[in-house]
Amino acid sequence: MKIGPDDIRTVARLARLNLTPEEEASMVTTLDAILTYMETLNALDTTDIEPTAHIIDLETPWRADEVTNEANTEALLANAPARDGNHFRVPKIID
Amino acid sequence: MNPDLDRYEGVIGLEVHAEMLTASKIFCGCSAAFGAPPNDNTCPVCLGMPGVLPVLNRRVVEFAVRAGLAIDCRIARRNRWARKNYFYPDLCKGYQISQFELPICEGGYLDIHVDETTKRVHLTRIHMEEDTGKNIHDAHGDSSLVDFNRSGVPLLEIVSEPEMSSPAEAGAYLRKLRTLVQYLGICDGNMEEGSFRCDANVSVRLRGATELGVKVEVKNMNSFRAVEKAIAFELERQADTLDDGGHLVQETRLWDADREETRSMRSKESAHDYRYFPDPDLPPIILSEDFIETIRRALPELPDARRERFVSAFGLPAYDAEVLTSRRDLAEYFEAVVAAHGNAKAASNWIMGDIIRLIHERKLDDAPIITDWPVPAANLAALIALIDEGTISGKIAKTVFEEMLTSDESPRAIVERKGLVQMSDESAIQAVIDEVLAASPDKVAEYRGGKEKLQGFFVGQVMKATGGKANPPLVNKLLMAKLKA
Amino acid sequence: MTTPLHDLTLAEASARLRDGSVSSEDLTEAALARIAATDETWHSFITVSADEARATARAIDAQRQSGAAAGVLAGIPIAVKDVIATAGIRTTAASKLLEDFVPPYDATVTTRLKNAGAVIIGKANCDEFAMGSSNENSAYGPTRNPWDPTRVPGGSSGGSATAIAGRQAYGSLGTDTGGSIRLPAAYCGVVGMKPTYGRVSRYGVIAYASSLDQVGPFGRTVEDCARMLGVIAGHDPRDSTSVDRPVPDYHAALGGDAAGLRIGVPKEYFIDGMQPAVEGAVRAALDTLGGLGATTSDVSLPHTSYAVACYYILATAEASSNLGRYDGIRYGARQAADDGLASLYRNTRALGFGPEVKRRIMLGTYALSAGYYDAYYLKAQKVRTLIRQDFDRVFADVDVLATPVAPTTAFRLAEKTSDPLAMYLVDVFTNPASLAGLPAIVVPCGRDEAGMPIGLQLIGPPFGEELVLRAAHAFEQATSWHRERPPEPAGAAA
Repeated sequence: MKIGPDDIRTVARLARLNLTPEEEASMVTTLDAILTYMETLNALDTTDIEPTAHIIDLETPWRADEVTNEANTEALLANAPARDGNHFRVPKIID
Repeated sequence: MNPDLDRYEGVIGLEVHAEMLTASKIFCGCSAAFGAPPNDNTCPVCLGMPGVLPVLNRRVVEFAVRAGLAIDCRIARRNRWARKNYFYPDLCKGYQISQFELPICEGGYLDIHVDETTKRVHLTRIHMEEDTGKNIHDAHGDSSLVDFNRSGVPLLEIVSEPEMSSPAEAGAYLRKLRTLVQYLGICDGNMEEGSFRCDANVSVRLRGATELGVKVEVKNMNSFRAVEKAIAFELERQADTLDDGGHLVQETRLWDADREETRSMRSKESAHDYRYFPDPDLPPIILSEDFIETIRRALPELPDARRERFVSAFGLPAYDAEVLTSRRDLAEYFEAVVAAHGNAKAASNWIMGDIIRLIHERKLDDAPIITDWPVPAANLAALIALIDEGTISGKIAKTVFEEMLTSDESPRAIVERKGLVQMSDESAIQAVIDEVLAASPDKVAEYRGGKEKLQGFFVGQVMKATGGKANPPLVNKLLMAKLKA
Repeated sequence: MTTPLHDLTLAEASARLRDGSVSSEDLTEAALARIAATDETWHSFITVSADEARATARAIDAQRQSGAAAGVLAGIPIAVKDVIATAGIRTTAASKLLEDFVPPYDATVTTRLKNAGAVIIGKANCDEFAMGSSNENSAYGPTRNPWDPTRVPGGSSGGSATAIAGRQAYGSLGTDTGGSIRLPAAYCGVVGMKPTYGRVSRYGVIAYASSLDQVGPFGRTVEDCARMLGVIAGHDPRDSTSVDRPVPDYHAALGGDAAGLRIGVPKEYFIDGMQPAVEGAVRAALDTLGGLGATTSDVSLPHTSYAVACYYILATAEASSNLGRYDGIRYGARQAADDGLASLYRNTRALGFGPEVKRRIMLGTYALSAGYYDAYYLKAQKVRTLIRQDFDRVFADVDVLATPVAPTTAFRLAEKTSDPLAMYLVDVFTNPASLAGLPAIVVPCGRDEAGMPIGLQLIGPPFGEELVLRAAHAFEQATSWHRERPPEPAGAAA
């Protein structure tokens, strides 16, 4: 087994996903099969191979330091599930 | 200080986040200015709405290179963006765009001065990243509020090596760094408003040991004093814990300014796994030699060089030079005064005394750049010139200065309007002396009887009678002549 | 008997608009009527934007009457995949989490469609967040293949393909990350095209895997796709990965001629267990192209069999990060936080995301996490380099590559849902070009014994859109597969 229930719980916590016990069990099975398949890559020697992060050879383009946006607060908050005036509201944050 | 601390030495590294003074945010065209109503400075990009993409602000790269060149860093001709993945309400995308493996600047150093010695503190790296929004606590009993106006404001993260050993060294490093970013015009350095923030990595080890102790990250310090106090507290806490046979844990602790103590952060996960990876939305940053050289040529004179020049060119004491160069605007003010009237020492005295006192009283140094000086540089120079040419005395000058604070008039106009021109007419002074001596025949007798200390009394009476305008050396000369006659 | 309006190709509809024999309002009403009559069965659309479409059609008609210059797509009803932001029209990404999300912005491709005068008729169904190969991962129910509603249309841009196959729109936009345009095009017997990575702006396109995502057109013909590509392609200052390079006249590339084209046939794309009818149709297509003057030669892309593993590591890793923003704070369906702030995230994401999205977030999070990054993510990035080098090598000798699109024709609903790995392996012939960022087009080239369509994939070198369009057009002109149409759904007027 590449991955067990404890790994699944750790990863789910990192990803902020609540999994039901059934989902957890099915994740163990399917992820194990997929990860095993992914290990076929280990057949390849990639010692001196550069990783590809961007498939086209570009540089980060730059824009001028100019303020181009005007306040559009109402439209931007229109989708908020909970708000308080022009703030987004969330359950109390405890540091 | 706790005697236990003598057995240990502190190992301190600082991570500074400096909000850059750009007009717009790092990846979108929203204003980066402070003080807008909640969420007014936002757009789909800095709210992390679905499908939107970042586009880099050129000035952010310029500022990072400027800082790197000023601190003697190696500038990476090819550097790149990474995503730092974590969840928090003020982080709108579930990741922060930052730099990880290939930051824009590596290495470099700052020389700090503590207790008459100079110490070199090396930097690990400087990188660019975006700021998060702001969570507002305690608004309601059961909820918090989020404002994304700061989301996407560009930050420079400046990371030192763990090479400082005391709160004083940490404070000196931090002040030096702040002065530098202010000189460079890339950050206003305001710790209270959070545009210049500092986290400290603090550990202790037995003096002489080479292995590092357990590292504690201390956060939530919003002044230089707080940084120094928090580090002092933490060093002592760690030393005490070890002396009591306890164990230290690697953790994040928050400085509580009211209680003056650090406390463990409960809600933070003990081990972070940020899952950094190259940001697919932003190709690498490629810097040409031309780009870097253009920035190098445009660098302003830096604080160290300026301090040395103030000593060598103006003959100022090292301390004065240090104070005057502690802010770029202050140094420029001084130079403007001297340029208008070449008495550098007098200019320094006025600035070190009255001007700095007023700056503090009026909290003018809260502004990134002081523009609202108590008196314009030209007027201060004119005032010094009036003293130097003998038009007014130093004492009268204080009166004129007070008047200048509430008036736009030139010092000369004030002197003339209020009739404060120094009285240097010998016959007029002689007349006043005669009156004063005539009014106190008994004191004159005592003086002549050997009580020479009374000279001060007579001078005072003459000055009082002339409204302080009599030329003091002249008064003394004439008075002596009369009394000894 | 005259052709019903919904049966016109995009080019034909444009011609009719120009000669004044139909109005945009006519075309729009025809499309809306067609959708009303058929979409119960096929379910190509998540949202039909009838009011907005009618208003646009009327405005375009008025403009045309006033003699104003009309855009390339003026008055043409177009469907847009529901991962593409449309201001004022809800954009769900086929996710329950975004059920009520109405973006206050347009994707750049949406803006370009609008500027060209297109009438956006609705938002096409797809797999949730474009993750899937069958369209069964839509939170709004699966799309069905018009050729056989018991079969899948392919994914993830299934609704964009069925809208064309079913004559519900004259053109549509999809997105292709690992084959999400090409597979549905093949399964539904229409033309679909994935441009070179960087050719079309991704701004406003809800991200699945940012280093792979690309928007592309579906049409009944190669010409229709060429027209749409010309509208959506081009540099966008709002997408830092969009390439600043002139957009050629794609329409001019359609010469109807394959003479001199050097076509490579990679042997790794003909594998054991492939449906014989698929291989047969593709081989026959090669003969056809040969008959049109193209030369064909066998080539090798040795790392082809590693593409699926490589793709699913990279795509899920990027997805795990891209989907971090769905926290129910600024938008999206928030679930009750029964246990403080942390539960807000966990519950919102647990109930908002479907099973496949969760699986990919889990996979990607794992692949990026401490201790596994080098073994999975970094390894896959290196294998991506090898796959790209394979293509670089063969494109020194050939102009385009011709391959099958998938090992089989469209499979039945629920056939692969319990075996995610089997579902991933459907992408075996489409993932490589995705990883290499290459342009690829799919044209219909046959039907299997059950009557299901078979597609031919033509892959070009970077920015070789004109080459693949030319090859595809030549093939299309010499065959009649693109003129075949699926049966009418039961109960719908013919």
